[in-house]
Amino acid sequence: MSDTIILEVARFNPEDGGEPSYQSFEVPLRPDWMVLDGLNHIKDQLDGSLAFRWSCRMGICGSCGMMVNGVPTLTCETLLMNYAPGPVRVAPLDHFPVVKDLVVDLDDFLAKLQKVRPWVVRKDDFKPAREFMQSPAQLEAFHQFSLCINCTLCYAACPVSGLDPDFIGPAAIALAHRYNLDSRDQGIEDRLDIVSQHEGIWDCTVVGECSVVCPKHVDPSLAIQQFKLTATKEWFKSFLLPRGKH
Amino acid sequence: MSAGKRSNEPIVWILFGMGGFLVAFFLPVHVLFYGLLFPAGMVHAPSYQQTLALVRHPLARVYLFALLTFCFFHAAHRMRSTMLDVLNLRHLNTVIAFLCYGGALVGTVFTVWLLMTV
Repeated sequence: MSDTIILEVARFNPEDGGEPSYQSFEVPLRPDWMVLDGLNHIKDQLDGSLAFRWSCRMGICGSCGMMVNGVPTLTCETLLMNYAPGPVRVAPLDHFPVVKDLVVDLDDFLAKLQKVRPWVVRKDDFKPAREFMQSPAQLEAFHQFSLCINCTLCYAACPVSGLDPDFIGPAAIALAHRYNLDSRDQGIEDRLDIVSQHEGIWDCTVVGECSVVCPKHVDPSLAIQQFKLTATKEWFKSFLLPRGKH
Repeated sequence: MSAGKRSNEPIVWILFGMGGFLVAFFLPVHVLFYGLLFPAGMVHAPSYQQTLALVRHPLARVYLFALLTFCFFHAAHRMRSTMLDVLNLRHLNTVIAFLCYGGALVGTVFTVWLLMTV
């Protein structure tokens, strides 16, 4: 087997006014190298102008997500060897505006995330004198949805995100659901006002690709379907008891 | 998007969901017996008179009404989603929703008429 592999890397620099293109680099193919190591080799040894995001190198920070051979992938935990003999095509995440090369603009995602209030919301003046006790069962209810690292691979995988830029999207809805399921939280009504609009849960057609690509094994598709059931119950409640809503 | 109007989608979604359950669990039984086993003679087929008597039973009418109408709405919702996303006709959402759910409604009325008059 060859001891090198070709990386075809997407290049785009808006300052040049140039068109997006691919540039090929030959990098060492080592058994312990991830795709990210290949990119860092290019940056350090071959072309310092290549732009991409990365930080922790251990699948926690969620910043190195890219399209690798067309699949949304965390490059820090995907072996280069998996793609031997190559070539491997690395591109910025689908469905996001590209800032430069492999760097995408996450402003829209972050705004959507903030809108669903992904934190514990209290409606009373509850000031606990000690830690808020939670049973293992109460923790279990939301635990898997709390593992999201905001890597946005699910947005790149979701065809609806590509069709409707206003779709709140898998990660934000999964995190909203995570707080709805938290026994300390009282913010479900606020979140329903945002997430139960058409561009929220109802835009999802259960393609399920979000759950397939998630590197932390969160199941955003399940979160959205459970959220639909909650929203449907609330819809019927407000339909039958219109004055019940306060 | 700010806090705005909650969608009325739950009504069609719950019909779609109920229909999905019936399509998955009950419809195949009918297809298996009336589409395959009876015509192939693998199971003794009931006569026309026997089937008619069964359909005229009030419980059978209620069952067939639920099965058919929910299946219509399930199909309508799927066809709407397919047209919006696969054919990329999102700008025609209102027209497509009217045609799909309207079609399901026509199917429902026809089902009621058929079950009342059979």
